[in-house]
Amino acid sequence: MATAVKEKEVFKMKDLNLWYGQNHALKNLNFSINKKEITSIIGPSGCGKSTFIKTLNLMIYSAGNVRMSGEILYHNKNLLDNKIDLVSLRKDVGMVFQKANPFPKSIYENVAYGPKIHGIKKKSELDDIVEESLINVALWDEVKDRLNAPALGLSGGQQQRLCIARALATKPEVLLMDEPTSALDPISTIKIEELALELKKDFTIVMVTHNMQQAARVSDETAFFLMGELIEKKDTDKLFANPSDKRTEDYITGRFG
Amino acid sequence: MTNQSEAVKERLVKKKNKRSPEFRGKVIILGSAGVIIIAAIAITLFLTSKGLQTFIANGVSPIEFLTSTNWRPTDENPVYGAVPFIFGSFAVTLLAALFAAPLGIGSAIFMTEIARKWGQKFLQPVIEILVGIPSVVYGFIGLTVIVPFIRDHIGGLGFGLLAGTIVVGIMILPTVTSIAADAMRSLPQNLRDASYAIGATRWQTIYRVLIPAALPSLLTAIVLGMARAFGEALAVQMVIGNARNLPDSLVEPAATLTTIITLNMGHTTFGSVENNVLWSLGLILLVMSYIFIVIIRFLSARRKV
Ligand SMILES: Nc1ncnc2c1ncn2[C@@H]1O[C@H](COP(=O)(O)OP(=O)(O)OP(=O)(O)O)[C@@H](O)[C@H]1O
Ligand SMILES: [Mg+2]
Repeated sequence: MATAVKEKEVFKMKDLNLWYGQNHALKNLNFSINKKEITSIIGPSGCGKSTFIKTLNLMIYSAGNVRMSGEILYHNKNLLDNKIDLVSLRKDVGMVFQKANPFPKSIYENVAYGPKIHGIKKKSELDDIVEESLINVALWDEVKDRLNAPALGLSGGQQQRLCIARALATKPEVLLMDEPTSALDPISTIKIEELALELKKDFTIVMVTHNMQQAARVSDETAFFLMGELIEKKDTDKLFANPSDKRTEDYITGRFG
Repeated sequence: MTNQSEAVKERLVKKKNKRSPEFRGKVIILGSAGVIIIAAIAITLFLTSKGLQTFIANGVSPIEFLTSTNWRPTDENPVYGAVPFIFGSFAVTLLAALFAAPLGIGSAIFMTEIARKWGQKFLQPVIEILVGIPSVVYGFIGLTVIVPFIRDHIGGLGFGLLAGTIVVGIMILPTVTSIAADAMRSLPQNLRDASYAIGATRWQTIYRVLIPAALPSLLTAIVLGMARAFGEALAVQMVIGNARNLPDSLVEPAATLTTIITLNMGHTTFGSVENNVLWSLGLILLVMSYIFIVIIRFLSARRKV
């Protein structure tokens, strides 16, 4: 590799461009994402936040008609090489979606899905992973007596925490979350935020959010996107207190977007 | 003030007007629903009363009817045992389902999950054409292709349950496929996303997430196919050989409830025992179709969970 990736950088984007057909959706992104930190991505609707976060686990490929250039270095590996094993990438880089999407299976089966896919067969081992993951998302006490009940019977907030547990069950390094709380009530939202702060001890988190207070409350660094470009990225406190770009200032003070 | 609230009241209180389009629409819709309900009840009542004549007016024992394997309505001591036909109907239905279910669900998955574009462009129209082909054409093809093939390569006369099964299986294949494909298509995309994002392969996603999620609808597809197979008369009649005894093997001639009714309805006089027993066979068909409906209802109720 020409440029060494620093130890604390999990992802490093270099001149990352993305097109949906003719639509140039990500433009020359150059920045990195640090280990065991929460990085928020903010910006107005359509600026490419979801597109960007989906490039980090290459879920972007399922959109079809996508072309990319540049590099996405995950540690020292460029994800845009054509030799990437999606199965192991996604084991390491888990994802939580905007709308909770548990499988129509039991709570237990939802969490055990990932480990089973990745080859764990022993019941006792699966039991341990399920318990640990549910404890991690503070759901264990609420569901330990009904692990075999259908996951779709949980409340929206519980379902979203279950989806986080499902992502954690493969023991990933990174957790991507695309507006994880936008469909939730304020109390469930606070719970997920507390959870994120707890999880960053062990995981690197990238979170897209529309809610600037949320970005301010939880993230270490914040990146502001506008029309596919990264306008600025720095420590969250600094970005909100002292934005260096006029457009960032306009956005965070609510003048547009 | 009062004037205004009077006006509001005037506007909000429903006016009865028999000539409003609202009212006419209601009458048309309720009328159509009524006709369908009355038709269903009338058919059920008629078939039941005709079907029971055999046992009430002609004194045929219902136990003999449902357990005897002999069907000799023209003997001096006529025997009316419907077992060979009941057996034939169930055999053709189950074997056809066994043949059509994996093929139909397999092609549904192929066209919805594996080759979406190709499936949409080519398979979908092919299936629609297959649904539209009249059953006599299927019977004719069975008669000229499948029966001789079985005779030459497997044995027997060619006419029999095997030929019937294949013809009916092919007939219900498009039904099963298109309902199964609808079931797969109606699964939310976010289930697939969730599975892929965890690192599942396409195949793992299909058999661990999508098929279980669609299972009740897939079973409905199979049961609807079976209902069609159970009721099919013409095509089966052309290839099954129409024998009146229980067949010893799949390549020996047999008969089903529907084939025996269509074959004999013309040569029996209305009101005679020979005619009434055919109505009794029809009653069995009706009861079976109700059972199929109950099964489908049960499956679709489960789907909503
Ligand atoms: N699958 C797709 N095919 C084509 N264009 C797409 C696709 N997904 C997104 N786009 C386009 O890419 C641009 C960025 O979309 P993206 O969904 O990443 O925005 P976003 O920042 O997540 O917006 P929001 O805040 O509304 O979720 C938009 O112009 C959008 O129309
Ligand atoms: Mg988005």
